[in-house]
Amino acid sequence: MVSLVLLDHEGGTIKQPARSAVAAAEKIGGDVHVLVAGENVAEAAAAAAKLPGIAKVLTADNAAYAYALAEPMAALLVALAPGYTHLIAASTAIGKNIMPRVAALLDVQQISDVAEVIDADTFVRPIYAGNALATVKSVDTKKVLTVRAASFDPIAAEGGSAPIETAASAEIPSLSRFLGAELSKSERPELTAARVVISGGRGMQNGENFHLIDPIADKLGAAVGASRAAVDAGFVPNDYQVGQTGKIVAPDLYVAIGISGAIQHLAGMKDSKVIVAINKDEDAPIFQVADYGLVADLFQALPELKAELEKA
Amino acid sequence: MKILVPVKRVVDYNVKVRVKSDQTGVELSGVKMAMNPFDEIAVEEAVRLKEKGVVTEIVAISVGVTASQETIRTALAMGADRGILVETEASPEPLAVAKILKALADREQPGLIILGKQAIDDDMNATGQMLAALLGWPQGTFASKVDIADGTATVKREVDGGLETVALTMPAIITADLRLNEPRYASLPNIMKARKKPIDIMKPADLGVDAAPRLTTLKVVEPPKRQAGKKVKSVAELVDKLRNEAKVI
Repeated sequence: MVSLVLLDHEGGTIKQPARSAVAAAEKIGGDVHVLVAGENVAEAAAAAAKLPGIAKVLTADNAAYAYALAEPMAALLVALAPGYTHLIAASTAIGKNIMPRVAALLDVQQISDVAEVIDADTFVRPIYAGNALATVKSVDTKKVLTVRAASFDPIAAEGGSAPIETAASAEIPSLSRFLGAELSKSERPELTAARVVISGGRGMQNGENFHLIDPIADKLGAAVGASRAAVDAGFVPNDYQVGQTGKIVAPDLYVAIGISGAIQHLAGMKDSKVIVAINKDEDAPIFQVADYGLVADLFQALPELKAELEKA
Repeated sequence: MKILVPVKRVVDYNVKVRVKSDQTGVELSGVKMAMNPFDEIAVEEAVRLKEKGVVTEIVAISVGVTASQETIRTALAMGADRGILVETEASPEPLAVAKILKALADREQPGLIILGKQAIDDDMNATGQMLAALLGWPQGTFASKVDIADGTATVKREVDGGLETVALTMPAIITADLRLNEPRYASLPNIMKARKKPIDIMKPADLGVDAAPRLTTLKVVEPPKRQAGKKVKSVAELVDKLRNEAKVI
């Protein structure tokens, strides 16, 4: 049994959700190989080689993989598939885009968003926005999985020294082209990797008011997120969204500000260790999952919170 | 150009589902059903493309139980021209649905297929990508903006870091994300008109597709319940609890 994990990487480092995917692969058992595909990937490959417990790093260095377009990436994984029993990626935008394409090309029913590994064929995954957990067993000879990163503690970034090999080259379909990206720039930790997440909802009223969260996020080293309502209203960009179809987070501390707590939002954060809700509506459903609830006007509470945190 | 829009009948998004006591699944009897919200967005996008003159015919397809006809009727009321129901006993897995849709695409020869990015029941987020793979077409998943011109679909996609734009050589697959558009409500006259639009009904076997599942559901359980915690009276008390009780800051 050998698993191949497609690693998300950026700026020469392996992203945290990818290290959670490796953790899931280790739970399955057998050898774990990782694939670093991209353009000029030497630095990322060196970082991958340091991941503990990895038997081999495969690299695919080609301009065609620079933006992780699904068509060439899936062709690459399919070309490598014969050597593997399990093909795995984190449930990131990249993994979710590529892996079902790989699965269909291999005639395999993908298992999306694995939250627990029971054995090599059997996995637990959330359905209905996490309101139910299904245990499913696959009869496919090969498994294609995406992994809910928030459900697996990431393996360490350092400690290993795996050999690096160049992957056999694969066909590169020319069906799609990358034109450009508008990425949010932030000095803060990423939502899916942060220890503390502070999210704002419709109650924030506008995008300008999100700046009330900034000093608190800075103080706590937190990432800033949002509910769908806040994103739809244009307060913040789409990549802030926490929820069923946005990002799934499970930080040590999740602070929901002016968020009512729709099922779809709870799906993205209810596995957080400690949940705090600040909302002026004492009947807001968010209070039903909050460890600490404060019924208050956020426009008073946020400046007070900032001042209180600065005291100590 | 013809466009196909697959639509799925799912539990309405406002319903909080209950897990059956025998752990075989979730309770669906007597539960309000509706079109998957992402599929509504896909239908809306197709109708807008038709209104712009880019698209000439919209075919709404559903794969599922007989009652999925209602879901197709909803799409027809929103502006689709005709429907195809591929009748199955239960809701097949994404791979089987993709195979059925591939067979229909071979028959219908569309220039574009728009799907919802994910069904809110099984949350698989796979059918569009799988269909693209089987057809050998490019895919623009999680679309928040679509432009069609000169045989190219330019798709702005919602990704983890923000937005990215890709150009796809058509025919192509697009999967709709939340902010692609705001779906219209069907007007009463359009609902009446939709009743007269044709729906073809067939079985997977008519298309030569084996829809047998690859996954066996061993059990379905409720996730651990979170207990509502305590209300604090002030910000000072909150910070004190987080520091000294929860010890998370």
